[in-house]
Amino acid sequence: MKAITWHGKHDVRCDTVDDPAIVNPRDAIIRVTSTAICGSDLHLYDGYIPTMQKGDILGHEFMGEVVEAGPKSSLNTGQRVVVPFTISCGSCYHCSKTQYSACENANPADNQDIGREGYGHPMPGLFGYSHMTGGYAGGQAEYVRVPFSDVGPLVIPDESIPDDKVLFLSDILPTGWMAAENAEIEPGDTVAVWGCGPVGLFAVQSAFLMGAERVIAIDHFPHRLELARKFGAETVNFEESKVYEALMEMTGGIGPDAAIDCVGLEAHGAFADNIIDQIKASTFLGTDRIHAIRQVILATRKGGRVSMPAVYGGFVDKFPLGALMEKGLTLKTGQTHVQRYLQPLYAAIAEDKIDSTFLISHRMALEDGPLGYQKFHDEQDSYTKIVLKPGQAAGATAA
Amino acid sequence: MTDSEMRSRTAGQDDAPVTASKTADPDRKLLAEAVTINRPARELYDFWRDPTNLVSFMDNIVSIEPIDRDRSRWTVKAPAGREVSWESVITKDVPGEEITWQSAEGADVANSGRIEFRDAGRRGTVVRAVIAYDPPGGVIGELVAKLFQREPRIQTRRDLRRFKQLMETGEIATNARNPRILAGEGK
Repeated sequence: MKAITWHGKHDVRCDTVDDPAIVNPRDAIIRVTSTAICGSDLHLYDGYIPTMQKGDILGHEFMGEVVEAGPKSSLNTGQRVVVPFTISCGSCYHCSKTQYSACENANPADNQDIGREGYGHPMPGLFGYSHMTGGYAGGQAEYVRVPFSDVGPLVIPDESIPDDKVLFLSDILPTGWMAAENAEIEPGDTVAVWGCGPVGLFAVQSAFLMGAERVIAIDHFPHRLELARKFGAETVNFEESKVYEALMEMTGGIGPDAAIDCVGLEAHGAFADNIIDQIKASTFLGTDRIHAIRQVILATRKGGRVSMPAVYGGFVDKFPLGALMEKGLTLKTGQTHVQRYLQPLYAAIAEDKIDSTFLISHRMALEDGPLGYQKFHDEQDSYTKIVLKPGQAAGATAA
Repeated sequence: MTDSEMRSRTAGQDDAPVTASKTADPDRKLLAEAVTINRPARELYDFWRDPTNLVSFMDNIVSIEPIDRDRSRWTVKAPAGREVSWESVITKDVPGEEITWQSAEGADVANSGRIEFRDAGRRGTVVRAVIAYDPPGGVIGELVAKLFQREPRIQTRRDLRRFKQLMETGEIATNARNPRILAGEGK
């Protein structure tokens, strides 16, 4: 089969690789019909996430049709499913508490030591996201082996709902929703969202659904700010305005009640601390540029809540730990417990309460995946989201 | 030497297990690893008590053949395609709670150990393995390296994780994309 594979920094290819097959009783094999390139895939593309190996198959947002099911899978051949990016066993203590991304069993035993050394505990199992998270083959491919297929995939029974509407249930939609949930939004709150990429835009929508009175969205790409405005957010362009000063004036000196960092370790911008962070990253003294989360902590109101869905990889310094404590902030973070949100968010999509298609700017053939990575990386204002369609003719990029 | 005997040597109050001691100097290499498994203690004990079940989740074991109720012969992969075996004897058995074993006289790698199953309420069962062995050098050292892949503690931890995966999910997690790749990886 064909698959998008990682070969190093800024080097992804469309290779021909071995087909997947059933290995364990709970497995299923999915023929991929739609798969997206995620913002966090750019962290792999830029070489920030350790333990990638040449030839690893990328992709963790995908959906398709079941073509084979193991004897203990609950799926049936022919079913249409969206697959969560988190691989979860459904049987361990953490899964029983619906903390699916903390699953103890999905990451193979030998790979668990990698995360344990860096983070104190093993990482969860994720599709297509390094050997630290299990070394599983990802979904930017014609076919995928889905372990624990009786726990993760959501069956989409309504054939009239197109892929575009439900694909993002696999990651960015529940991630945006959990980001807002972790911000513990109360009716009447003012919520600030840093970053208007896909997760940020879903966080904006989710915050309003949870009762926020005002949402202030922060970014520097005009098109992304325009999308945020479409959902009712006020916007701040950090290239044109000072973010802290703007937020203080807009909130009468109080600061936002809750803040959501949807930026993560590759923050843009030429701030002094940002430049230092970039130098450290390029000299392997550190991997994370934490400009966004610093600003979040300084701007959030006293006693407020900070939600950090953004991906960070390692250790940082110049972290405003004092402000976090002195202001009495609550910080909640984590990989998304995707399975927890699948049913309610599917219902919200079916009832047109959440719009998930506005984001897609480009559809490409799987073979054009490498071009897609480059465009998504270099032209983020116009390439808001790329969906790869295995089977579509190569070169036929469609908006 | 038991945990409590070892612990009584330490000054002051310290509830940490002796296997985490910075100062204890046992006459054999000593290690412990613990894992919590979301199943009842008795079920886990019963599975572990049948030595033929252990092959399914322990790496590098070729076979474990029962001799009688308390004795079994372990055959393990060794360097250069060789195999080595020894007889293991259960010396203490508390059904549902713990099993203690030691290698019979003349073993190439003298080893002994205990597996404990402690009820952990709504979390299931805490399974703790304590293993003591003589760290040999030379050819036998190579064998030990192979037997435990990198070091005994890591291998014990991985074996316990696979045990947990098997008991909680009915299978052992693998990232192999298909059975051919799985076979190529040797596990």
